[in-house]
Amino acid sequence: MLNFLGKRAVASGISFVGLVLLVFFLSRLTGDPTSLYLPLDASDEIKNQFREIHGLNDPLVVQFFNYMGDLIRFDFGDSIRRSEPAIDIVLRGFGWTLQLAAITLSLVIFFSIVLGSLAAFHVGGAFDRIATFFSLVGASAPDFWVAIVAIVVFSVTLGWVPTSGTGSFAHWILPVAVLFIRPFGLIVQIVRGSMITALSSAYVKTARAKGIKNRSIIFVHALRNALLPVITVIGDQAAALLNGAVVIETIFGFPGVGKLMIDSILQRDFAVVMAAIVVTALAIFLMNLVIDILYSILDPRIRY
Amino acid sequence: MENTQNGQPSVHDGPETHNPYMQTLRMLWNDKWAFISVTFLLIVLACAVIGPFFLDDLATKQNLRGRNAPPFDFSTSWSFWLGGDALGRPLLARIIVAAQNTIFVAAGAVFFSMIIGTSLGLIAGYTSKTLSQVIMRLADVIMAFPSLLLAVIVLFMLDSSVFNLVIVLAITRIPVYLRTARAETLEVRERMFVQAAKVMGASTPRIIFRHILPVVFPTLITIATLDFAFVMLAESALSFLGIGIQPPEITWGLMVAQGRPYLTTAWWLSFWPGLAIILTTMSLNLVSNWMRSALDPAQRWRLENVGKKSG
Repeated sequence: MLNFLGKRAVASGISFVGLVLLVFFLSRLTGDPTSLYLPLDASDEIKNQFREIHGLNDPLVVQFFNYMGDLIRFDFGDSIRRSEPAIDIVLRGFGWTLQLAAITLSLVIFFSIVLGSLAAFHVGGAFDRIATFFSLVGASAPDFWVAIVAIVVFSVTLGWVPTSGTGSFAHWILPVAVLFIRPFGLIVQIVRGSMITALSSAYVKTARAKGIKNRSIIFVHALRNALLPVITVIGDQAAALLNGAVVIETIFGFPGVGKLMIDSILQRDFAVVMAAIVVTALAIFLMNLVIDILYSILDPRIRY
Repeated sequence: MENTQNGQPSVHDGPETHNPYMQTLRMLWNDKWAFISVTFLLIVLACAVIGPFFLDDLATKQNLRGRNAPPFDFSTSWSFWLGGDALGRPLLARIIVAAQNTIFVAAGAVFFSMIIGTSLGLIAGYTSKTLSQVIMRLADVIMAFPSLLLAVIVLFMLDSSVFNLVIVLAITRIPVYLRTARAETLEVRERMFVQAAKVMGASTPRIIFRHILPVVFPTLITIATLDFAFVMLAESALSFLGIGIQPPEITWGLMVAQGRPYLTTAWWLSFWPGLAIILTTMSLNLVSNWMRSALDPAQRWRLENVGKKSG
C-alpha cells in the first residue's frame, strides 16, 4: 500500500509539474495584462512601472523559476485585479464549489444507486422503462439550456426561487437541481447495467436459494459487486464538478472556482488562474486516491 | 431477460439473409427506438450537408416586422413557424443552417481525437514501458488542463474559426480514446492469435493495425458515438460562454446564448435550438446503446434472436 502511494505520488507529481509548466507559458499567450489594466493613453513610463511591479519585465523563463520558487513556499502571488493574495481568492471560490459539488454528488449517488438497482431488478418492467427513459433524457440535456428554462419557469413565471446569487437555502435549489440532472442520468444507466450483470451471477442465485429477502439481495449482495464501475464514473463526474461547473456558476451568479477561473482567464489575472489550477488539481488527485482505496475496500481481491 | 432461456441462435424458421448489411438493418428495424434515432440523425445530417445551400439567404435576411415573431403562426411562410429571432430572422431556417457548424465541429473533433488518441493508446499498450509511461503522463496533463483556458488561448492566438474550435475540442477528448485503447490493447496482446502472429514474424505495425485494432475498434466506435453527444454539448457550452463560435457563424449553442436576453419576453429564441441539441444527443445515446450490443459478438444474438421471433 505504501509502495503504491509512493508510486502514485511520483506519477502525479510529474503530471503536476507538467501541468503548471504548460499553464504558465500558455496562459501568457493570451496577451499582456498591461494593455488591459491601464488606460489606452497611459504613457510608456507608467506601463513600464506597472510591468515592473508585477514582475512582467523579466524574461518568461526567469518569471517561471521565480514563480516555482515562491510556489514551494506556498506563495501564489497577488491577484493583479484585486490586489490581494491569489490563494485567498481561490480558496474562497473553491469553498463554494466544494459545497455545491458535495451536495449535488451525494444526492446523485443516493438516487441513482437506488433507482438504478430497482430498475435492474425487473428488466423490461414498467419501472425500468420509465427510469431508463428519464436517465437517457437527463444524460442528453445541455445543462445551460435546462438552467435558463428552469429560471424562466421557476423563478420568473412561478416566482418560487431566486434567479441567481447566494444567501439563503432557496438560492441553492436551482443550481443543485440543474447540476444533478446529467450525472444522475449517466450513473443510473451505469448502475443498471452492472446490476443486471451482478444479479445474474451465481452467488445471487445461491442467496435466493437460501431464501434471503429481495431487498437484502439487491442492496447487500449484488450492489457491492456492481459498484466498482459505478465508482469510476462517479469519480469522473466528481472531477468535473470540482473543476467548477463554469456555465452553471455563470448563469446563477454563483461565486465558485469555475466562474473565478473563466473571469481571471479573460482578465489575464495569471496568479489567480495558476492558483485555481493548482488547488483543483490537488483536490482531484486526493479524490482519485480515495477512489483507489475504495476499490480495494469494496473488492478485497484488488491489492496495491 | 426471458430471451436468455430460449436463446439458441439456431431456432428460427424465416428465410435467412446472409448479407451482413441486411442483417444489421433488420436488427435496427426491430429496435424501434434505435431506428427512430438513426432516422432522426440522418435527417439532421441531411440538414447539415445541404441545408446551408438552400437556406443561407433566408436564414440571414433580417425582417424587422418579424422581430421576435411568436411561433406556431401558420399564416406566415413556413420558415417562421417556429418564430423569428431578435432581428426578425426565421428560427426554423436558422436552426437548419446552424446544424452544419454544430454537426461538423463535433464530427471533426471526434474524428481527430479518435485517430490521435487510438494511435497513441495502441502504441502505449503494445510497445515499451517507458514510452507507455510518457504517453500516460501526457494524457494526465491534458486531462487536468482546463479546456476553457485552451479555448481562450486558441481564440486569442489563432483567431476564432470553426476549424480552431475543432482543434480545441479534439485535444480535450484525446485521453478518452487513449485510455480505452491502451487498456484494451494490454488485454488483447496476451491472446493467442497475437502470439501466433508474432511467432510467424509479423512486424509490430502489422500486429497493431491488422490484428489488435480490429478487436479494439467496436468499443472505440461505441465510445465515439457517445462522445459525439458530449462534444456537441461542450461546443454549445463554449459558444454559450462566448469563447467558441463567433457570430455571424451560428451553432445551436450560440443560438441559445443569443436568445438568453429575451427569455422572459420570447422564450422560443432559446427553446428551439436547445430542443434540437437535446433531441440529437438523445438519439446519439440511444444509437450508442444499441451499438453496444449490436457490435459485441457476445451479445449480438440477443438482437438477432428477437428479430426471428417476431418476424
